[in-house]
Amino acid sequence: MFPAKIWREFPQRYRLEAAKCKKCGKVFFPPRLVCNACSHREFEEIKLPWEGTLVSYTIIRTPPSAFSDQAPYAVGIIETIPGLQITCQIVDADLDKLHIGQKLLLEFRLIQKDGKQGVLCYGYKAVPIDAHNS
Amino acid sequence: MAGIVGYGSYIPRYRIKVEEIAKVWGTDAESYKKGLMLQEKSVPAPDQDVITMSVEAARRALSRAQIHPQKIGAVYVGSESHPYAVKPSGTVVAEAIGATPEVHCADFEFACKAGTEAMFVAYGLVCSGKIQYGLAIAADTSQGAPGDALEFSAAAGAAAYILGTENVAVEIEDTYSFCTDTPDFWRREYQHYPEHGGRFTGEPAYFHHTLSSAQGIMKRSGTKPEDFKYAIFHQPNGKFPMLAAQKLGFKREQWEDGRLSPTLGNTYSGASPMGLSAVLDKAAPGDLILLVSFGSGAGSDGFILRTTDRIKDIQGKAPKTKQQLDCAKRYLDYGTYAKFRGKILKAD
Ligand SMILES: [Zn+2]
Repeated sequence: MFPAKIWREFPQRYRLEAAKCKKCGKVFFPPRLVCNACSHREFEEIKLPWEGTLVSYTIIRTPPSAFSDQAPYAVGIIETIPGLQITCQIVDADLDKLHIGQKLLLEFRLIQKDGKQGVLCYGYKAVPIDAHNS
Repeated sequence: MAGIVGYGSYIPRYRIKVEEIAKVWGTDAESYKKGLMLQEKSVPAPDQDVITMSVEAARRALSRAQIHPQKIGAVYVGSESHPYAVKPSGTVVAEAIGATPEVHCADFEFACKAGTEAMFVAYGLVCSGKIQYGLAIAADTSQGAPGDALEFSAAAGAAAYILGTENVAVEIEDTYSFCTDTPDFWRREYQHYPEHGGRFTGEPAYFHHTLSSAQGIMKRSGTKPEDFKYAIFHQPNGKFPMLAAQKLGFKREQWEDGRLSPTLGNTYSGASPMGLSAVLDKAAPGDLILLVSFGSGAGSDGFILRTTDRIKDIQGKAPKTKQQLDCAKRYLDYGTYAKFRGKILKAD
């Protein structure tokens, strides 16, 4: 996990910056140079909301080594604005109570540590909406 | 008059009860519950630290302030548990809330006083006209060594304040600072857990500085305890802020709303600023508030604040501190707590 790689992703990981096609209105996250719907090349920067609806999820029980002490944990596909889905971990939740259609908030969390000495990688994860945060 | 334009707090969902810690170490839970007035404490999730809690508290402060983050001219994070030894917490926070690149950024340290220190400096810059808005954050994920008395109280939380001169919700009427060299609590370089002077942390450290700071600012401003609707003190446990308030002549109804420690624990730099956020959540326009922090080493910052009519407009724009403290808690057993806090590690 090189510092330069995560640094390039800060606008998306930290601020949910997306690109909206100025011609057809399609939204891309992460942004892209050419719209795959109309081939237009000009985009408007928009920020996705820090909330969404759970579209699907899975429980990871055999994780990659960097996440081994977190298992079992949930990874979900979350629709933030109509037609746009993002993938992230779901935390602070009872895994047996997750359900499709559930409203979730996104919070700023530590995603990964590059070993004991490397950089800390931050970004968004989803949490349930309840009396604690609404 | 300059003051607070927006504020926000963040408390993790996880908790551990005093009994659960006492059970493991063979200590008497009742002595902590009765003697220090501690019932349970907040615990950060494994993916939470000073940076993540600061970002959440700052975003809530922005929701209340309703200003564009590019207008923030300073981002200061006060903590004694910054995730990096070298590399500022504040740059991550500034980037995450969209305040970069034209912003002055610094991390503050002064044991539990680092948060009010950040507020003090941001307030000064706003008053001078050097910046339009300043963001000051108080946050900690403090640790006590396993079995040490501090393990029963060391907790996690954050509070963020946006200072400015327009649309002020809480005017800052006066500030004061009282500081001496008193070695009551410290952590040397490369040490994981802090050391403390036991009972020496009480009279010559916490009480001397807290009481002197409160008396100093009241004398300078010509105020008396009965003038204040609320008083908030640093809260390393439930007992110390109560005793400090009583010695100064404050009544229970003045200090109990700002004392979160019995069920939150000691959030170090976050402690008195989070107490202030709980008070602001319920304050009415015109309320006079005394805030007195304490940091080992040792010093105390005092603030006299008065709410304006705007406080009513911003209270409901973000989650309140008491609701985060009381609702949707997730209790941990000691083993899971030890894993969350890195006290035990999985073999590679
Ligand atoms: Zn298009």
